[in-house]
Amino acid sequence: MTLYSVRTCASALALGATLLASQALAKSDITIAMQLEPPHLDPTSAAAQAIDSVVYTNIFEGLTRFMGDGSVVPGLAEGWEISDDGTVYTFTLRDGVTFHDGSTMDAEDVKFSLDRATAEDSANAQKALFAGIESVEVVDPLTVKITLSEPNGNFLFNLAWGDAVIVAPESIDDIKTNPVGTGAYTFGDWVQGDSITLNRNPNYWGEQPALETATFKFISDPTAAFSAMMAEDVDVFDNFPAPENLPQFEADPRFQVLVGSTEGETILSTNNKQAPFDDIRVRQALAHAIDRQAIIDGAMFGYGTPIGTHFAPHNPAYVDLTENSAYDPEKAKAMLAEAGFADGFETTLHLPPPSYARRGGEIIAAQLAEVGIKAEIINVEWAQWLESVFKGKEFGLTIVSHTEPMDIGIYARPEYYFQYDSTDFQALMDTLNSTTDPDERTRLMGEAQRLIADDYVNGYLFQLAKLGVAKAGVQGLWENAPTAAIDLSAISWSE
Amino acid sequence: MLRYTLKRLLSLLVSLAVASVVIFAVIEVAPGDPASFMLGVNAQEDTLAALRAELGLDVSKTQRYFNWISGMLVGDFGTSYTYRTPVSQMIADRLWVSLPLALYALTLSTLIAFPAGIYAAARRGKPGDLTVMGATQLGIAVPNFWFAMMLVLIFAINLRWFNAGGFAGWDNGFWTGLHSLTLPAIALALPQAAILARVMRSSLLDILAEDFMRTARAKGLTRRQALWRHGVRNALIPVLTIIGLQFSFLLAGSIIIEQVFYLPGLGRLVFQAISARDLIVVESVVMLLVFAVITVNFLVDLAYAAVDPRLRSRT
Repeated sequence: MTLYSVRTCASALALGATLLASQALAKSDITIAMQLEPPHLDPTSAAAQAIDSVVYTNIFEGLTRFMGDGSVVPGLAEGWEISDDGTVYTFTLRDGVTFHDGSTMDAEDVKFSLDRATAEDSANAQKALFAGIESVEVVDPLTVKITLSEPNGNFLFNLAWGDAVIVAPESIDDIKTNPVGTGAYTFGDWVQGDSITLNRNPNYWGEQPALETATFKFISDPTAAFSAMMAEDVDVFDNFPAPENLPQFEADPRFQVLVGSTEGETILSTNNKQAPFDDIRVRQALAHAIDRQAIIDGAMFGYGTPIGTHFAPHNPAYVDLTENSAYDPEKAKAMLAEAGFADGFETTLHLPPPSYARRGGEIIAAQLAEVGIKAEIINVEWAQWLESVFKGKEFGLTIVSHTEPMDIGIYARPEYYFQYDSTDFQALMDTLNSTTDPDERTRLMGEAQRLIADDYVNGYLFQLAKLGVAKAGVQGLWENAPTAAIDLSAISWSE
Repeated sequence: MLRYTLKRLLSLLVSLAVASVVIFAVIEVAPGDPASFMLGVNAQEDTLAALRAELGLDVSKTQRYFNWISGMLVGDFGTSYTYRTPVSQMIADRLWVSLPLALYALTLSTLIAFPAGIYAAARRGKPGDLTVMGATQLGIAVPNFWFAMMLVLIFAINLRWFNAGGFAGWDNGFWTGLHSLTLPAIALALPQAAILARVMRSSLLDILAEDFMRTARAKGLTRRQALWRHGVRNALIPVLTIIGLQFSFLLAGSIIIEQVFYLPGLGRLVFQAISARDLIVVESVVMLLVFAVITVNFLVDLAYAAVDPRLRSRT
């Protein structure tokens, strides 16, 4: 509202001097819009990405953390030692870190947080991340020893997730509405349905960030998002919901458009246990029937990177396998005929609400019709999707963006909704998990990508783009989204 | 009058009881588990069970219905599954936006419709009437969200007189709050005003053709005096009905306008709660809206009786 009163005041006086003064004043606060509102503010007991967008690294920090480029760096842990067999991690915590309520963050809090995540009645949405933890021991106030049941090359990566942040037992009871963490920002106010305000933490252990306050505003309607940005009511739109409007922002000198990558592999998920998709020839035909670029252009207005396997292209271990399933409708028809479906067949295509699915689904259905596959489109809400597709496995095809980072491991779970059951792949994942040598890990990850591409488990479409819009003067925004986060400490206004 | 009031009151209570059963049944039948929606695709079965127990979803549906109803009777609407705050608190917060918005829009629409309708009726068939009727035709035909977008384009993006959306909050002063509700109120009011003006006009025209109007003129009243003293008052009955319906509509039906202007109102709360399967919130808000609609209708019935004494004895 300060923005508004500043604006009326300036226009009333119509003095250049007031304008300049008001601009100088605006430099230490920022209004960031996001499409979804977090249901509550505890990142350790829900899957909603909106929670992480607001609190990750701003309010709560973990032992390790993600940077904007996807790398994992020390967070509340200053450093660590890994035993030779890879099962014991000894973390040295930073000295002098306090929670926002003034209490000291020490090894007891780390033990509390991890024990809470692994407990029987834990509500952690990513409990599997912590499955290998056998024990957490407090050695001294600044040293924690974590013992794993078997080596896990992903462990430091897993600890960087928002679901693994360090919380305090003193403030855990009302964490959902009044989060108390160790981060550079403290929780200010939440007007439900409208906005959340965070304030700079003067006692932060690290460097003081540039912004004094940040307001997160929730605007779900794409048209409203466009208006809010154009009217300059908000300074940043974290993940802009209307890609068709981006050229307009690009052409306007008041704004900048940030096109980056996310961890979202968007795939045409295929029910591998349902006939006729249990036949690899049918799945391969499906893969060749799909024109990825047409989907990216038609559904995403050109934003998105084609993928040929379930792996993020910006990851150094990525292997480009798009040729493996190149667009070739003739070949698709031939493969279908070979599998005994010369006249095609009928199936269902379940589409959840995001536009990548709804718009992409229409295009895919048309492409499949070209080769004789008649896919009946069924639009579902997320809750329905979880119930019938994900849990009930009552589907032929569906389109989903798998947004968890480094989630190729889901292919090793035969009960996972697309029901890929390959002992080769499961053995490969076991080897990968127990390997800590980086080069060997890269090689194994490449092998895993090839295996699922050659088995044509799912139709691999594209890596979901992150489309940010911001005022020209905002700097330090993450271009990519290695995890859902809006790292305020990096953001500032240019002079 | 007392007998009439009691009869109306009884029908109000029965309607509420029936509505509560229907609402509960319809919402519970919709597929989707709140716990798995909240915990997402990687949640383990034991985690889901723990959350369901925490939310009180592990008891039978009948049990849940009676818990809900008995809580509501003493003003306890339960706790939101997702937000984990009391539903009554959430509804109260949202009402501070939705109720003023509905009243604001209703005031605007009445202020526009009454003069326009009376003017048109008084000048039946003349250019003034045709202009008003043409304008109302347009007002009814054009959807309110389109109006909303045009208003934003002109007054927020180009002229910068208003914010494109959002609610400034009453804490920052009455006028600031009202200012941020102005564009949405206009967008809501225009189509309503168009309907109301047409009803006002046709109702007044019916009355003007009545014998008692001729009598009024015959006993020496001027056209204008007859119109205001006898015409407008008698024409109000159908207009009141429409106003009653419009108020309920404005309170419950501003979901789209609240989305376009990202206002934290009741409509947006329902919208969010439905997609998150926050059943308890949906049930309570819908129940509250039904309560509001039925109560408004009840009051309108009483208002009829006040305006037209004949109705009191008839029922």
